Amino acid sequence: MGIVSPGFQGRRRPSGPALPPGQYLTEDFPVLSAGPTPRVPLSDWEFVITTETGAEYRWTWDEMWSLPTETPTVDIHCVTHWSKLNTRWEGVSLDTLLDGIDTAASYALAHSYGGYTTNLPLDDLRGGRAWIVHRYEGTALPPEHGGPARLLVPHLYFWKSAKWVRGIRLGLTDEPGFWETAGYHDYGDPWREQRYQGD
Amino acid sequence: MTEPDPGQPGMDHLDGNMLAGPLAEVFAVDLTTATGRCASCGRTGPVAGLRVYAHAPGVVARCPACEAVMLRLVRTPTNAWLDLRGAAYLRVPMPAEPLMAPGLAPPVM
Amino acid sequence: MARTAVPGRLTNRASWRVARLVDRRQETETAATLVLEVPDWPGHQPGQHVDLRLTAEDGYQAARSYSISAPVDGDRVEVTIQRVPDGEVSPYLLDVFAVGDPVELRGPIGGYFVWRVTDTAPVLLVGGGSGIAPLMAMIRARGMAGSRVPFRLIYSVRTGRDVYFADELRRRARDDHGLDVTYLYTREVPEGSAATPHRIGVADLNTHGWPPELEPACYVCGPTGFVERVADILVALGDDTRRIRTERFGPTGG
Repeated sequence: MGIVSPGFQGRRRPSGPALPPGQYLTEDFPVLSAGPTPRVPLSDWEFVITTETGAEYRWTWDEMWSLPTETPTVDIHCVTHWSKLNTRWEGVSLDTLLDGIDTAASYALAHSYGGYTTNLPLDDLRGGRAWIVHRYEGTALPPEHGGPARLLVPHLYFWKSAKWVRGIRLGLTDEPGFWETAGYHDYGDPWREQRYQGD
Repeated sequence: MTEPDPGQPGMDHLDGNMLAGPLAEVFAVDLTTATGRCASCGRTGPVAGLRVYAHAPGVVARCPACEAVMLRLVRTPTNAWLDLRGAAYLRVPMPAEPLMAPGLAPPVM
Repeated sequence: MARTAVPGRLTNRASWRVARLVDRRQETETAATLVLEVPDWPGHQPGQHVDLRLTAEDGYQAARSYSISAPVDGDRVEVTIQRVPDGEVSPYLLDVFAVGDPVELRGPIGGYFVWRVTDTAPVLLVGGGSGIAPLMAMIRARGMAGSRVPFRLIYSVRTGRDVYFADELRRRARDDHGLDVTYLYTREVPEGSAATPHRIGVADLNTHGWPPELEPACYVCGPTGFVERVADILVALGDDTRRIRTERFGPTGG
């Protein structure tokens, strides 16, 4: 720890019991980006789930949003230490999308327009814990927050909730994604503070 | 330099110049003055001229021509993770050194 | 005399050291120069920057990069800081940080966006807003060294009230031989000026820059959008990209 700067507080609020360790509360919605924001016309948008055998299941934008949607209200936790409570989303549950897909896979690698990837166990996409969302706080999801659609897996650190999601590849082995190949944790449970490899 | 500029949506990258501080933790030479070749499109240019996205869990430097990732640096409390697979090479300017006959170079220790 | 870090001092360049605020000069309503005393400062080149790091009592830290705005002066290092509304670090440095207070500093940093007093090519400096800071270090170093290298500065600001170093620039434009200064205003021109407010364009760089045949060294500093625009225009006018050095001010983590 460095020398203390007299009177410096920082922008964060004190953490409370509702927050995972090392997190502070934020009211705004910080935009993190590792590259230029992709612009995806809805007419070209598609979402594809690829199984370990190479079978593909595709949805166009219209097909996706003709499926029943849910409106989860969840807390999100970014590995850069901010947490935001009670965020409201609308999207299709991964349970709905995975229903009827024949797979023996244990792992999933989400991939995005723009090239981003992130890995997580397939089980964490099931059980009403993950969605493809296209609306945030009652309006269309803005591009800087991952629109037209992003993955939402709020029980893991938010880098797992891939922005601009384009598809999910299912596999028998765990294939580390963009941040996971550069030191970040393969699972990323905020309550166990699994930020980095080895945590 | 450096706090968010809310009036510039989509203009969220910096130059490779800003890599100098983080990389100085790892390397004894200033790598921002090195010339790098993009493994994706072949463009060569100074590391200082890369497009750097720093408002992220790590620092990501992209080729200004094709936007492929050339360098990633993540600083954890105990390690620096540096991924250079997107750079075919880095050519680092070095001070001139007297020529030495092969075999006469001092052991590197 | 400016010099780069020498091998024995590399660890100093990369590690944090404690600086203290010794003076503060208000530059505009929203910007001030902080004069820091940094024991055993190894010297720097005009255009380099430092990182400043703040630590709260509970250990929370925030770091930002700031360009050095003055040439080497012993252990004194000057940084000029623009207030970022709702920023985390700049309001602290401008409002709370007091003379005598410590701050952690790392540097000097960056060997690319620098001008050396031994360089001989004509220089074009293009600054947008607070992007003037590292360019001012170059102008001051040129003056201090008695260099005759021709300098042209194009300085884009919102209004006349947003000009940093206004008096000094006026004086230098008069007294420093071979230094030309052109102001552009994006929002409101000063009274009595014939100019009209506009964003920097081809005509400005064509009229107030150098012909590419002279192979000028171009230094462009400002917000990312400004830098993109100027660099694109310079390339379109025929300047070699290898002679255009840019420094974008924008968001970082830290």
